[in-house]
Amino acid sequence: MEHYNMNLTLKVWKQKNAETGGKFETYKVSNISSEMSFLEMFDVLNEQLIREGKEPIAFDHDCREGICGMCSMYINGRPHGPWHGTTTCQLHMRAFKDGDTIVVEPWRANAFPVVKDLIVDRSAFDRIIQAGGYVSVNTGNAQDGNSIPIPKENADKAFAAAACIGCGACVAACKNSSALLFLSAKVSHLALLPQGEAERKERALNMIAQMDKEGFGSCTNTGACEAVCPKEIEITNIARLNREYVAAGWASDTKKH
Amino acid sequence: MLDSKIPAGKLEDKWTDYKGHCKLVNPANKRKLEVIVIGTGLAGASAAAALGEQGYQVKAFCFQDSPRRAHSIAAQGGINAAKNYQNDGDSVFRLFYDTIKGGDYRAREANVHRLAEVSVNIIDQCVAQGVPFAREYGGLLNNRSFGGVQVKRTFYAAGQTGQQLLIGAYQALERQVALGNVKMYNRHEMQDVVMIDGKARGIIARNLINGQLERFFGHAVILASGGYGNVFYLSTNAMGSNVTAAWRAHKKGAHFANPCFTQIHPTCIPVSGDHQSKLTLMSESLRNDGRIWVPKKQNDSRKANEIPEEERDYYLERRYPAFGNLVPRDVASRAAKERCDAGYGVGTTKQAVYLDFKYNLINKYGKAEANKHGIQNPDTETLIRLGKEVVKEEYGNLFDMYEKITGENPYEVPMRIYPAVHYTMGGLWVDYDLMTSVKGLFCLGEANFSDHGANRLGASALMQGLADGYFVIPYTLGNYLADEISVKPIPTTDRAFVETEAKVNERINRLMSIQGTQTVESFHKRLGKIMWDKCGMARNEQGLKEAIQEIRDLRADFWKNVRIPGGIHEMNPELDKASRVADFLELGELMCMDALERNESCGGHFREESQTPDGEALRHDDQYMYVSAWKLNGEHSWELEKEPLNYEVIKPTQRNYK
Repeated sequence: MEHYNMNLTLKVWKQKNAETGGKFETYKVSNISSEMSFLEMFDVLNEQLIREGKEPIAFDHDCREGICGMCSMYINGRPHGPWHGTTTCQLHMRAFKDGDTIVVEPWRANAFPVVKDLIVDRSAFDRIIQAGGYVSVNTGNAQDGNSIPIPKENADKAFAAAACIGCGACVAACKNSSALLFLSAKVSHLALLPQGEAERKERALNMIAQMDKEGFGSCTNTGACEAVCPKEIEITNIARLNREYVAAGWASDTKKH
Repeated sequence: MLDSKIPAGKLEDKWTDYKGHCKLVNPANKRKLEVIVIGTGLAGASAAAALGEQGYQVKAFCFQDSPRRAHSIAAQGGINAAKNYQNDGDSVFRLFYDTIKGGDYRAREANVHRLAEVSVNIIDQCVAQGVPFAREYGGLLNNRSFGGVQVKRTFYAAGQTGQQLLIGAYQALERQVALGNVKMYNRHEMQDVVMIDGKARGIIARNLINGQLERFFGHAVILASGGYGNVFYLSTNAMGSNVTAAWRAHKKGAHFANPCFTQIHPTCIPVSGDHQSKLTLMSESLRNDGRIWVPKKQNDSRKANEIPEEERDYYLERRYPAFGNLVPRDVASRAAKERCDAGYGVGTTKQAVYLDFKYNLINKYGKAEANKHGIQNPDTETLIRLGKEVVKEEYGNLFDMYEKITGENPYEVPMRIYPAVHYTMGGLWVDYDLMTSVKGLFCLGEANFSDHGANRLGASALMQGLADGYFVIPYTLGNYLADEISVKPIPTTDRAFVETEAKVNERINRLMSIQGTQTVESFHKRLGKIMWDKCGMARNEQGLKEAIQEIRDLRADFWKNVRIPGGIHEMNPELDKASRVADFLELGELMCMDALERNESCGGHFREESQTPDGEALRHDDQYMYVSAWKLNGEHSWELEKEPLNYEVIKPTQRNYK
């Protein structure tokens, strides 16, 4: 692979905290290697800012292996930037060329208020999980792991849904800031497994109720979420969720009457 | 004197006897007891969930924005358990034996046996939570092999096992949050332990959003804050992984055990330049199917695919025919270093070896798939195409990650890999109850020292984290708290809280007032270089002595010249980092002292002065059959206490993987 260096202009959202407004600041970085990750380019910029006595840019990041879900930059109008199926931390600078201008914003959604600069508060996702994204099984009372065979196809599908890293790119990409891809991935993961069966109905109803309460919008059916998901979570999960929800709603209606 | 409190009796009965006789807290009293858990990785999240289920009032803390982000999430390859589902001769004893041997006979028999016993419960628990482990077509759980082992006992979920297990534990934790048994504090970092009458009774934490210090009471404090590999700057750890909670506990009297025992993982993506901020692991599970080689010719500049089969040196298969590419990590890392140092390395930096999948792509998976589909005499291209499908399912995410980072396609060309810091076997000293030498202060998972001796086997970290959290601490914590039921919650206006907070505050003010000229990052990089060069894969007396002096100088320089922008009472990631690096600067010195004191080679600790004629680690059981537990006495001053290791069941021998 050919390596090269580049000079770039960055327009980055700066915002002191949740109470204040924010604005774009323009920065120049030079001699950025095509081998760097996008966040390493930000490291270079921040080191430069600190040496100049300026405030560095705050951004969320941790594992830098594309799995913890912490990094969350909206790059040139797209969550996690131009590469398909890739988190910001795994985006590398060979995606850009010398002289490029790159615009970087935080996730934008009412349910994800800005904490500082590019950092947002995604605790709404935790609260959605609290509403039912689990199997109610206390430690110690499990039977043997092989006592219930699970068809490989179901296990694989459950795994594909469970691969969601909870980064929130789906919300950031959605015109309505819907969290349905995130939520449907969890409902699908558990609905596809026999262990999730007992609480299947309440789970779908309660998680959706919590999502609405958090201020996420409704689904646009445009598939923007799927297109930007770094873990390629499929939109078919939303279809499954809808079926689960209708079935659960039907069941609870029947119970009432 | 340190008392490991290992129960009497036969090894295989100790844990059962303990559970049968330990003190209990009744359900009504549990509701009156408050427990603090620091960290929400596998150990912390499982402990917080399990204790919440039992009715304790738990307060859990993580520095990330959600407990689901803790670095256990990045564990790739798998989790061991002695299920013997493969009918290949596995048993609790064999898992116990492999772990002790893999650790080069520097771990406690009783702890490791308990770990092997509860390993089977972990798998059951995780399946019940809905963890989607890999399965066979018949619907039963699948297994693969890991290093240092000759059975298939590793359960997995593609290359994302840690993620799936952590999400299981996170969901169990969030369920307890919803039930009101656990209160979760995200973006909070522990700054100090509060001691009252000789017992840990709370913590001071910093709210990372607004910079405020906050006080929390607990009848007991549990640290599950992970390992300290980031002392090397470059490691496979997450950027935020740090030693701070454990180090502050050490400063409050908790002994630090075997600090020099560091795991350098053989298969990581090599460093590509000075900009590098972290290193990325390529799972050990890849060694099931990847063959490691270098050219037979020194400084061979040909591309990998241009080097014919007979000119390749499969050095692990050559040196260790019995275990081949699946030797333990410490052995594989040293062998890679040996080849590169001798001039056989590959890639632009020559600090890399090849991990090549082509052979198994064609011969193992390709042929099996061709047979399955009834394809007669398939050509190589067909075999590669068929084999690729299987490899994609087994490791797909890892191959994608490699390509994103390096720009090379590992299905076409071999991966380039080199050893990197990955895990720390050392940590806070704990007894059989997982209690540190400070009363009421417990330590779980990677943060403690207890189970892996001088080298950890692959797929055992996840096992230990969950064993400690789900199955050990629920018993041993009760054994301690049974005597605390009459203690009323202590108000955080108590003098001990006020004074501890004042000291934390003073330290932060001191850091912020330096306003020097050099960035935190630049100090961390320099520390990392000293550690890697002199306390890394090979260590010697002269280098370690130099390192101790260099680290002391660097630390003095840090406290004079570091520049931290921003303010105290706001979100300030540079201040968070500075505070952690300040602790690493102290830890680094202790690691070098420990490495200097232990003039033998064992596991990941390789003293050049102590090796066999063919370059293997040479232990000195007559002199060093102990756990080194360091007690801090003052500035640059530690006292070594030795906990002897008594092997009652296993007879230590020179490890042999040939």
